[in-house]
Amino acid sequence: MGFDFNVLVQHKELLLQGLMVSLQLTLIAIVGGMVLGTCLALMRMSSLSVVSVLAGSYVNFLRSLPLILVIFWFYILTPKIVGHAIDAYSSVLIAFILFEAAYYCEIIRAGISSVKRGQVQAGLAMGFTHLSMMRHVVLPQAFRNMLPVLLTQAIIMFQDTSIVYIVGVRDFLTTADVVANSTNRPIELYTVVAVTFLVICFTASRLVGRLQRRYAL
Amino acid sequence: MIEMTHVSKWYGNFRVLDDCSLTIQKGEVVVICGPSGSGKSTLIKCMNGLEMFQEGKVLVDGISVGAKGTNLPQLRSRIGMVFQNFELFPHMTVQKNIALPQIKILNRSRAEAEARAEQLLDRMGLNVQAQKFPAQLSGGQQQRVAIARALAMDPMAMLFDEPTSALDPEMINEVLDVMVSLAQEGMTMAVVTHEMGFARRVANRIVFMDKGAIVEDAAKDEFFGTPRSDRAQLFLSKILQH
Repeated sequence: MGFDFNVLVQHKELLLQGLMVSLQLTLIAIVGGMVLGTCLALMRMSSLSVVSVLAGSYVNFLRSLPLILVIFWFYILTPKIVGHAIDAYSSVLIAFILFEAAYYCEIIRAGISSVKRGQVQAGLAMGFTHLSMMRHVVLPQAFRNMLPVLLTQAIIMFQDTSIVYIVGVRDFLTTADVVANSTNRPIELYTVVAVTFLVICFTASRLVGRLQRRYAL
Repeated sequence: MIEMTHVSKWYGNFRVLDDCSLTIQKGEVVVICGPSGSGKSTLIKCMNGLEMFQEGKVLVDGISVGAKGTNLPQLRSRIGMVFQNFELFPHMTVQKNIALPQIKILNRSRAEAEARAEQLLDRMGLNVQAQKFPAQLSGGQQQRVAIARALAMDPMAMLFDEPTSALDPEMINEVLDVMVSLAQEGMTMAVVTHEMGFARRVANRIVFMDKGAIVEDAAKDEFFGTPRSDRAQLFLSKILQH
């Protein structure tokens, strides 16, 4: 049995489209997850116990569930809550953001705690309000400290996007699977998916190393 | 200008400040000394509300630090503070360290803030370092930048929390020289330090603390001549014998 990589050329556009969906999903989930995660982290560190317990419960709850369950559950549950069907893409996007936020919250919280207490005191002593002290003094340092972990999480996130297969979103893997079935060339297709993931993730992790050296404090 | 009356503070059952009363007039330089753990740092951090206290009252320029309605950020912006470990912001250049607080807190224009930064760096002899990051400077240089950063806010008083304790010996004097010139210009200063040479030169009063209490509060000559408390005599004999 010979290999026929021609199927790849024939279905190039479809596959690229799938890859774009995966990358887009990753990017939006990272940005959304980080914004929500930062809010959750600030809430968890709040001196108001109601606020911190609320954020803490959210984080602990989501971190105890497998990602695949969250996606599945959300896909089935959301239409029941909002009263009408929503498309699979929006459903997984929201699920990803909510899920990733829980992880980013913990990363960001650790980053904030890594900033020396003296910096907080110096910022407050200058006359910054608590919020602007966080914005100008603590968060910029915290983000530098957690850059490697944040980006590693982003790479894991990119790999995890392939889970959307279960609800039929046309990401890279799902598209490749569809093409594989219609052309009966699964080996070629799955190999290409594997190599693409390898190249992207390896390049990204090299980039993380370089950024880390450049922005380290 | 700074008036503390019967201030007490507890960490749980442990009393860090024990009924401390202290007044610093405008233009006065008060040196606070005492063995480590005696509450000196905590005392001056009560003056700008970095530490809160359970009993007593602290008035700065007539404003009560511990009162609920007090706008603490605004009050703090009028009191400069210099820390033992400099605490420059490591992600900003020297110039930005000095300019940013002026822009964000005092609403000065960028040009105005940078001009003020340049002027102060000139005074510190550090203008060539403006574009460097704090980690590229020596400890003595960093501490002078920290003093410049505090002065850029045009404070009515300056608090120094062991400003030379983290410095190598050869760098102590460059920082003390700046502090001496500030004192001679009439800046109101509260200085926690073990540098008795500095105290001799510019202090008006020396406050000696032990176990959270102010044991002695005396004019400089009186303190170095015949301290009234045994504890202060013992302390002086220990740090002045070299």
